[in-house]
Amino acid sequence: MVRSIVIWAVLGTAVTVPIIASAFSPYLAWRDPIYILAGFAGIIGMCLLLMQPLLAGRWLPGLSPVTSRHWHRWCGLALIAAIVTHVTGLWITSPPDVVDALLFVSATPFSAWGVIAMWTGFAAALMGVLRQRLRLRFLVWRLGHVTLAIATILGSVAHALLIEGTMEIITKIALCGLVILASVGTLARLRVWEVRRR
Amino acid sequence: MTDALLSRRSLITQGAAVVATGTSGLLLPARASGLVPTPSMRGGSNNYRPGAPIVDQIGGGGFWMTGTVRRAGDGAPLPGQRIQIWAHTTEGHERDPHSHGATLTNAKGEFRLEMPQIVPAFGQPHGHLAYDSEEFETVFLRPVMSSAKDKTLAAHFVLQPL
Repeated sequence: MVRSIVIWAVLGTAVTVPIIASAFSPYLAWRDPIYILAGFAGIIGMCLLLMQPLLAGRWLPGLSPVTSRHWHRWCGLALIAAIVTHVTGLWITSPPDVVDALLFVSATPFSAWGVIAMWTGFAAALMGVLRQRLRLRFLVWRLGHVTLAIATILGSVAHALLIEGTMEIITKIALCGLVILASVGTLARLRVWEVRRR
Repeated sequence: MTDALLSRRSLITQGAAVVATGTSGLLLPARASGLVPTPSMRGGSNNYRPGAPIVDQIGGGGFWMTGTVRRAGDGAPLPGQRIQIWAHTTEGHERDPHSHGATLTNAKGEFRLEMPQIVPAFGQPHGHLAYDSEEFETVFLRPVMSSAKDKTLAAHFVLQPL
């Protein structure tokens, strides 16, 4: 019981503190609402990237495997919505910068990482939505979904770490570290690389 | 990843090249003939608005954009050249007309324009500069500040005659 409370409290802190810390950024005073919205959609997306491996690995106490999977599905859809909001908001703020990013000719190194993570994220979500229609063996499907998810996570972390001016730096590094930690933990727990029939 | 490093590095190396060639040019004029034109930087022309007016200062000021304009080849300083400047500052986004202004180089080919403090936008604290008049080839620069707290930013043009 105590363990359960501690885990949920830590998770709650891990996802709220970076958002609150970023809300205190002095740069917000000099940004339009749509640009601020785009930035926070990115931060919320990173928080959802922490939820996803934790739910997939069934680490969270009090959630049955079925509930975990349902939450994983909803967090995945929320993540897609966050990505779309992020890119749309940036597009409205500065169309040429977003066009450069999408075409991989941006001046900023983190843009390419973000765009790669966006596409792999979309593909991972699509594999989730089409799981039954794809008619793949479950372990093969899972390996594909996880490979795309890893690309999304690594791309997003590289993207976030290289950006200056949106997230507070300490909480950004901490959140990115937790996302990586949760992902590695889940990969190890599920042994996703074992695709042969057991 | 390497692209931005390269563009930042090339800015530094070209700046150094300008200084080095300029210095040696004073000592040994024949050596300066190799000064290569500055290429446009990636994203340099983003949110460009042609024909920004020549102004004494952009907005409230407090931040200085500085630089030099020289001719490719002999490295001669170019006076009276119009340089357009814009950035995301404490007073507006890059696309806002009031974030744009232009200035002219002095007899030594130097320019400096006071503008509001540049703040990080799209992940980097950076400014934009353009040369787009008739005499030389158009160049767009996008220098990045080493710290968001910097109160000045420099950009150097070596222009190719048309």
